[in-house]
Amino acid sequence: MTATVPIRCTVNGRPRELVVVAHHTLLDALRDDLGLTGTKECCLVGECGACTVILNGRSVDSCLVLAAEADGGTILTVEGLAVDGRLSALQQAFLDTGAAQCGFCIPGQLLAAHALLALTPHPDRAEVEEGLAGNLCRCAGYEQIIEAVLRAADEPAGGARAVEQPMVRQTTSDPAATPDASVAPQ
Amino acid sequence: MTGPVGSSPARGGGRDRVTGHQVYAADIRLEDVLHVKLVALPCARARILGIDATEALQVPGVRLVFTAADLPQPAPRFGPQLRDRPVLATGETKYHGDPVAAVAAETLDAAEAGVAAVRVTYEELPAVTSIHAALDPAAPLVQDAALRPGDALAGRNVLREHHYAWGDLAAAEAQAEVVVEGSYTFPMVTQFAIEPHAFMAAPDGDGIVVWSAIQHPNWLQRVIASLLDLPLARVRVIAPDPGGAFGGKQHAKYEPLLAFMARRLGRPVRLVLTLEETFQAVRRGASDVHVRSGFRRDGTLVFRDIRADYLIGAYADIADRTVAKGSYTSAGPYRVPAVRIVARSVLSHTVPSTAFRGFGNPQQIWAGESNMDEAARTLGLDPLDLRLRNLAERGETFIPGDTPADGRWAESVELAARLIDWRKPTAPGRGRGLAVGLKEGPTTGLSYSIVRLLADGSVIVYAGTSDMGQGARTIFAQIAAQELGAPMEAVTVVMGDTAVVPYDQQTSASRSSVLMGNAVLLACRKVQDQLRAMAARLEQVEASAVVVDGGTVAIGERHWPIGEVLARGLGRLGGELIGVGEMRKEALAEHPLGGTAAFYEFNCTAVEVEVDRATGDIVIARHVTVSDVGKALNPSQVRGQDEGAAIMGLGHTLMEHYILDDAGRIRNLGAIDYRIPTSMDLPLAMESAIVENGDGPGPYGAKGMSEGALLAIAPAIAAAVRDATGVVIRELPLTPETVWRALQDPVG
Repeated sequence: MTATVPIRCTVNGRPRELVVVAHHTLLDALRDDLGLTGTKECCLVGECGACTVILNGRSVDSCLVLAAEADGGTILTVEGLAVDGRLSALQQAFLDTGAAQCGFCIPGQLLAAHALLALTPHPDRAEVEEGLAGNLCRCAGYEQIIEAVLRAADEPAGGARAVEQPMVRQTTSDPAATPDASVAPQ
Repeated sequence: MTGPVGSSPARGGGRDRVTGHQVYAADIRLEDVLHVKLVALPCARARILGIDATEALQVPGVRLVFTAADLPQPAPRFGPQLRDRPVLATGETKYHGDPVAAVAAETLDAAEAGVAAVRVTYEELPAVTSIHAALDPAAPLVQDAALRPGDALAGRNVLREHHYAWGDLAAAEAQAEVVVEGSYTFPMVTQFAIEPHAFMAAPDGDGIVVWSAIQHPNWLQRVIASLLDLPLARVRVIAPDPGGAFGGKQHAKYEPLLAFMARRLGRPVRLVLTLEETFQAVRRGASDVHVRSGFRRDGTLVFRDIRADYLIGAYADIADRTVAKGSYTSAGPYRVPAVRIVARSVLSHTVPSTAFRGFGNPQQIWAGESNMDEAARTLGLDPLDLRLRNLAERGETFIPGDTPADGRWAESVELAARLIDWRKPTAPGRGRGLAVGLKEGPTTGLSYSIVRLLADGSVIVYAGTSDMGQGARTIFAQIAAQELGAPMEAVTVVMGDTAVVPYDQQTSASRSSVLMGNAVLLACRKVQDQLRAMAARLEQVEASAVVVDGGTVAIGERHWPIGEVLARGLGRLGGELIGVGEMRKEALAEHPLGGTAAFYEFNCTAVEVEVDRATGDIVIARHVTVSDVGKALNPSQVRGQDEGAAIMGLGHTLMEHYILDDAGRIRNLGAIDYRIPTSMDLPLAMESAIVENGDGPGPYGAKGMSEGALLAIAPAIAAAVRDATGVVIRELPLTPETVWRALQDPVG
């Protein structure tokens, strides 16, 4: 028998209860158990960024997080960026600058940019380049993607205001650290 | 021109791409589907002695372990150039990753457990994985000679040899005052679409449905129909927009396997490759090119003599065509009186190489343009002046029997030079390089489009092109909106289903804006013909007195919006007008490529670099890319294609290459060990510019343009490195290690 784990989490603002296979990743759970296929699967080793989501205020590669680890968590995926059919400033900027070519990396790019703008509402170009460094785009539309992020950050209602959950500043020294409960409400 | 053509409306499918609702092949869920995983061996070449599925079949959920023995005998083979690839390896595996079996199970976990439980006994055999080893007379034969009956080359590891020549080479050699020559190598690199290939198949009555993120759905339909002995009308290919393709999704890979499995199981099956498996499914041909060019002292080219060997894989796929086509134009966009080109497709026990943006040209252009740069320095001439002196002029035949030069190419070169400040001194420590790239566009083509003008004036366009990121969907909508006066938001473009959309030959060679674009335009014109007849009937005039243009119907001084004429003309029953467009680019049997160029892609790339002498690291301070596009139908998408191609080209120039071990295994499978450009690898400043003279054969004077900016990047950067350091490097990629070693031993 395959071991399973019951979990509860909030996905795009909606409480969800599901039973996940113990070794399945958050990516598996989102795509296969919840049918949220906007989060993309590519390298499965945390290098390409196509599966980036926001978990408890932190951008993560959902292929490197066990679904069971998301128990009690709050998750934002690309499907949660638009509110009532209204695109976020970032989504609109991506559309306006022609940043999406094939589009496969775009959900991950959007969430990485979302995380960046939450921490650095008015980044310069170098900060955007670094903020998106973990998200590969083989169409190599980087110039238009960077332009989109800078444009969204310039909006009066900028990218940061669209963020609905507080972001946790990510540290590279201890990526597995539990987010501080005081800034990341469950 | 007013209207949407020439502006940049939001991408067709753009909203779905930013909301996560775009449906890619792997996002489609089929009821009752079985998950498939492949079984491959950890070596390049092996004799298969036995496959024991007993344990695998005991894994709960495993339903089938499929091997070549389950196929009709002899095992069916397929391939776009030669029917040499078996549906599953039969008798012998021929490259690292060549699957010997496939497991179908109720869950992906069960399929993976099943794969781990399949026991394959095999004997590893010596493999040839380099040009040198493959050409050794004692080398084992990669291809079974029986697959190549009547082929004089069948006893060697040379699949085909291509010879092109014009002029009197011997006489030209006697006239040459300076001869410059060198050999240049280009590594194996992979397409690395972020979307790994995904395939599904399901029985459909007595026929079959196949889903694939494929560039050529109609070609795949033919392959499946032939293998399963079904009428085309019983094979439906559904081709969702690929999440990047770059040539790697042109031709059938595992769709035939899935079709056989689905029919055997009577259930839908699904296979999504891992990224590692995509590395073992598609790559670009590696090459070794020797160029010898003769000049007069003033820089006038008098001959070029080119010998190229491309390392293709174990099966032909479309690789030999990339060799033929990429080599055919290898003398460059120049006026060269005497040319001899010999190019060979060398088989090896490696991943079958296939189409990859640039289609055999980047390898040749790396060599040919590096040779031009070296020649300029030998001749004491400016590399820019050397190019300008020899470039073919518009209308000039530069390859006998082919389309004359179709652009003012010097204009692109001069613009690139101006943008990079070529004539101004370089800052200390920096170097500049410049190169040009030419690619022969499609040599044949056949595209149909159906355009329906609905009763309310909205439009549905049917086009069999695959929108893999190039933005074909947007372009076709712009054309229809332009011709039929509909707003962009009232035009729907339907693609990717052979049961619904009429035939298109293929999505490749940057053809779609031109060939399918013309088909859409012609279909719109057929609708306009019907509108003219309608207006003539309503207003009691001759149809020749009616003018339809840009959404308006006019008779003399009177004019009406199309929608108004349509509503009156259709009357109370409503209905619609339907136009069918057919665009043909005919084949020419006597042409070495089977047809002349529909257009040429021309690009000039100029860069300024800094080289860190302590580490060998190259920083691209400035990057200018200029493409002759005829007419930018959508400037934002043109920019995306140009900049994307340029940055993709930085990959094979600076960092990408397969690393093989002695057994022919790829040691750097996957995203950790095989690096592609990230947002941290961009030029410090990039400028893309275009030349628009309306001189293309596509709608409104457009040319194809999606590959040009990748063609000349490697020789431009190598030239800049030489300008900065004095060191000549003739191998790619220009990794810090390669550059550092060259700096230590500049003679090497």
